[in-house]
Amino acid sequence: MFISLEVVNLKKDILKIANKKLYSRLIVGTGKYKNFSETAKAIKASGASMVTVAVRRVNILDKKKPILTDYLNPKKIIYLPNTAGCYNSNEALRTLRLAREMGGWKLVKLEVLGDKKTLYPNMIETIKSTKILTKEGFKVMVYCTDDPLLAKQCEDNGAVAIMPLASPIGSGLGLQNKVNLSLIIKQSKVPVIVDAGIGTASDATIAMELGCEGVLINSAIANSKKPVLMAQAFKDAVISGRNSFLAGRMQKNYFAIPSSPTKGVI
Amino acid sequence: MAKIQLNGKKISIKSNFSILDLVKKYNLDNKKIAVEYNGVIVPKIRYKKKILKDNDKLEIVHFIGGG
Repeated sequence: MFISLEVVNLKKDILKIANKKLYSRLIVGTGKYKNFSETAKAIKASGASMVTVAVRRVNILDKKKPILTDYLNPKKIIYLPNTAGCYNSNEALRTLRLAREMGGWKLVKLEVLGDKKTLYPNMIETIKSTKILTKEGFKVMVYCTDDPLLAKQCEDNGAVAIMPLASPIGSGLGLQNKVNLSLIIKQSKVPVIVDAGIGTASDATIAMELGCEGVLINSAIANSKKPVLMAQAFKDAVISGRNSFLAGRMQKNYFAIPSSPTKGVI
Repeated sequence: MAKIQLNGKKISIKSNFSILDLVKKYNLDNKKIAVEYNGVIVPKIRYKKKILKDNDKLEIVHFIGGG
């Protein structure tokens, strides 16, 4: 017998950030890997179409040292410059203006840190920077706390994506405040992408099931024992969570409901 | 001779040395870098005309792995 399945056309379910199409909802960081070869393999396995990169001084003493762009072609994968390590608005603006000069990048990730121990974002400086960068023509994806009011202010000041933390950067503690994330998802008109704190693949699935438009992962892949395999796990986890979200979960009930018919029991 | 500061390090260069000469000296691909000259970003087309002088501060950056 022929069985026809009605399926959601997933090819049409594409993440758009500031008119840029992302064919994967998994964004991957390029830090903390053993070497560039491992970075490249893990990113390939993740299926990501966007990677985050940092802006740093060129090593002038070692002319032959390999560089990231030798391993990840910026023409084939979208480079998302970040402001990691910046602790105030001026440093962040300087970094992103340099990034733009490097390759014409307008889509950037803003992250203004406030505390060295927790790497929590300084939201006052973050919102201030979002406003200035947006005026300068940047499309700003904003790393932020999971406070719905501050997330809204980021959006009101021009953020093209809201990127709340799940827990502190590199902590691997997973989603610590699902309620706040859900509130942010419900109120935001721009994509919400969970950034920071995800520890393992199932965390990413849960984030996607909550309705996040994507997740950004670095440490959970790079610090795993087998980064390439973990990258593949995250790829599957994100697809799975997205499909689960689109399918819509069943209702929760306090008591059991039999799965088999109760009529005709012998 | 001129003494400048490049990425926090003091270096000596020949007189009449431009940013472009410096980029070539260090084997850098100017498509992959950005240059800040005394706190101001220099567009690539001006590398050739910008001659370095004593006490100039230069920052040359590129993309590296990051999260």
